Amino acid sequence: MAKTLFDKIWDRHVVETFEGGTTLLYIDRHLVHEVTSPQAFEGLRLSGRAVRRPELSFATMDHNVPTTPDRATVRDPVSKAQMDALETHCRDFDIALYGLGDPRQGIVHIIGPELGITVPGLTMVCGDSHTSTHGAFGTLAFGIGTSEVEHVLATQTLRQMRPRTFRVEFTGALSPGTTAKDMILDLIGRIGTAGGTGYVLEYSGEAVETLSMEARMTICNMSIEAGARAGMIAPDETTYAYIEREARPFAPQGPDLDEAVAFWRTLSSDPDAAFDRTLAIDASEIAPQVTWGTNPGMVTDVTGRVPGFDDVPGSTPRDVEKALNYMGLSPGIAMTDITLDTIFIGSCTNARLEDLRGAAGILRGRKVADRTRLLVVPGSAEVRRQAEEEGLDKIFTDAGGEWRFAGCSMCLGMNPDQLKPGERAASTSNRNFEGRQGKGGRTHLVSPEMAAAAAVEGHFVDIREWQKENEVAAL
Amino acid sequence: MKLQPFKTFRGIIAPLDGSNVDTDQIIPKQFLKSIRRTGFGESLFFDWRYLPNGDPDPAFSLNQPAVAGAQILLTRNNFGCGSSREHAVWAVMQYGFNCVIAPFRGEGDDRIPAFADIFRNNGVKNGLLTVELTEEEVETIFEAVAQSPGVEATVDLENQAVTLHTSPEQSYSFEVDPTVKDHLLRGLDDIALTLQYESAITAFEAKHATYLANEKPR
Repeated sequence: MAKTLFDKIWDRHVVETFEGGTTLLYIDRHLVHEVTSPQAFEGLRLSGRAVRRPELSFATMDHNVPTTPDRATVRDPVSKAQMDALETHCRDFDIALYGLGDPRQGIVHIIGPELGITVPGLTMVCGDSHTSTHGAFGTLAFGIGTSEVEHVLATQTLRQMRPRTFRVEFTGALSPGTTAKDMILDLIGRIGTAGGTGYVLEYSGEAVETLSMEARMTICNMSIEAGARAGMIAPDETTYAYIEREARPFAPQGPDLDEAVAFWRTLSSDPDAAFDRTLAIDASEIAPQVTWGTNPGMVTDVTGRVPGFDDVPGSTPRDVEKALNYMGLSPGIAMTDITLDTIFIGSCTNARLEDLRGAAGILRGRKVADRTRLLVVPGSAEVRRQAEEEGLDKIFTDAGGEWRFAGCSMCLGMNPDQLKPGERAASTSNRNFEGRQGKGGRTHLVSPEMAAAAAVEGHFVDIREWQKENEVAAL
Repeated sequence: MKLQPFKTFRGIIAPLDGSNVDTDQIIPKQFLKSIRRTGFGESLFFDWRYLPNGDPDPAFSLNQPAVAGAQILLTRNNFGCGSSREHAVWAVMQYGFNCVIAPFRGEGDDRIPAFADIFRNNGVKNGLLTVELTEEEVETIFEAVAQSPGVEATVDLENQAVTLHTSPEQSYSFEVDPTVKDHLLRGLDDIALTLQYESAITAFEAKHATYLANEKPR
C-alpha cells in the first residue's frame, strides 16, 4: 500500500499496538531543557525508576538563561534553582548536558540539528511544543508534556494515537523579499490556529524543495501554531548536504552515513499515497506577513490593514475586538503605519545563521531608528561564534543593536529580556499571545528581514519595495 | 504516576467566554520556574485574574462569588493552544476544576477539535476530563450560566453525559476515546503499564537502528 512520509516513519517505530488503537511508539531522540523536565526526573526518583537509554537523551539550558555577558551569574534565584536541578538530574541519570558556558549550549531546537542529533527517519520528542522544528529533516518530531517526558525517560517509548495526515503543497516560487516565515504565517492565516489540530503536516512542493534546511526548520517550527503537533518535509539532497556540511558529532559518519542516506532516500511519500486532507498554496502570491492580533492566525499582508471586528474568518467579532484592544490598534490602520519600540531577532523560529545573515544584510551600513531598540539573540553558542566569524555582530552593534548570548530570551521572556507594558515589538519569534514577551507587551510576528527593515525605519515597511529603493547586499 | 479514578461528580460551572485561550494565559511563564508539581492553582489565569495591585479583578468571570468553588470550566474553541507546558493542566486542576467543556467545530473531515492536542493529552495524564460539545450546546450552557450564575452540572464519564441542573434539566452526551475513558475511570499509571512490555521494547531495540553516532562524547 502506498505510504506517506509520516506512515513510513511511524510504522518502523511501532513496538506494540493495543486494543483501541493506542500504539507504543519507540522514541529515537529525546531533547531536554530545564523548564519541563524537573518534575519528570523527580517522578523517576520517587518511583525508583531508571532512565532506560540515557545516551538517547540530550539536555541543554535555554529558557531561563540570561543573554547578557555576565550571564554566568544568574540573579533570579528561582531560575537558578531550575538550572541547578537540571544539572543534578543529568549528572545522576547520566544524560549529556550542554549547560551555560558550554560551546554547544543553545536553544534546544537549534542545537539538535547543529550537533547531528537530528537526522531523517527518526521519532524525536521534547517537553516543548516547538519540537516540530526537527520535522524539517523528515523526522517525526513533536512536543510532549512533563508526564510524557517521564514516560520517555523510563521506557524510551510513548503511548500515542495515530494522528491524521495533512499535506500542504506550496506550488510555484517565492517572490523576492518573502521567506519561509511568510509561508508558514500565510498558512496559519488560512487554516487558523486549530486548523491542523490532530494532524501531522507534510509540507511539499517546489517552494519547499528549494528552501534551505534553516528555512525548512522555520516552517516546521510553527506547525504547532497551526495546531499540528508535528510538521515534516521529506529529506533530499539539501538535507544530506546540511548533515555533511559541518562536523555533526552525533550524525552517522563515513560508511554509516552512506548506509543511512540510502535508507533516508526511501522516506518520501509515495506518489499515490493518500492524505486525510490536502491544501495547495501558490507561493508566488504570498506577500510578507505581519500579525496584528494576539494569536498567529491573526495575520495579514504587510500591504494590508488592521481588519474590522467582523472581517476575520474563524474569529468572533468579540475576539477580534479583545485582541485589538490589547494590541492598542483600531480597524483600518495600515500595517506600515504601525510604529515599533523594540525589534527582537531570535528564537527557535528565526535565530539560525541564515536568519542573522538576512537581517544583517538589511542593517549593514544603516542605523536603527531613534527610539527603537534592537535585540539580536543568536540561537546557539555555535551560531554566535559563526556570526562573529562573519562579522555579523559588528553589523548589528554598528547599527545600534545589542548582540547577545544564546537562549530563548524575549520569545517568552522567562529570563530578564522582556517587553514592558504597552511596549510594541516586531519579533521573529512564533507567538504573539497576550503577555508572551512580557506582561502588557504587544507583539507583531515577522521574518528577520522584515524585522530588520522595521528597525531601520521605526515602523513596518514592505520589504519588497524597500529593497528596490535601498541597496541591500546579500551576505 | 497513579491517578485518582475519575468519579461522577456534581459541581458549579464557571464560564470563561473566549476562544483560543492559550497556555500563556492559563499559566504565565514566571510560574514555570518552579521545580515542583504543586502550587499552580493560585496562578491560574494570573494576568486576567488579578489587578496590578494583586487583588482579584472583580470583573473577571472566575472571580464572581457565585462560581466560587467551581469544578467545571466552560470555555470556547481551541482551549489550551500554545506551549506544551503541563503546568497549564496542573494549574487548572489545582484551582479545583475536574472537567473543562468547550465546543468542537465542523463535522467529519472538517471537524476542528475543541482542545489543543498537547493540552488534551496532558489532561488525560493527570485525570482532567476535556469534554467536547457542539457550539450550540456550549452556547446554551453559557446562556444558562448567565441566567443563573452558580448553576451546577453533573459530569458522568461512565455514561458520557453532562447534565445541566436547570429546570428542566438538560443532558448532553459527549464522545470520548475508549482508551482515554478507560484510563481516566481506572486512574491508570502509564509508565507502570508500559513497563509490563519491557521485553517487547528490548526485542524491538535489538533490531531497530537509531542512526546515532558517537554515543557518549561529553
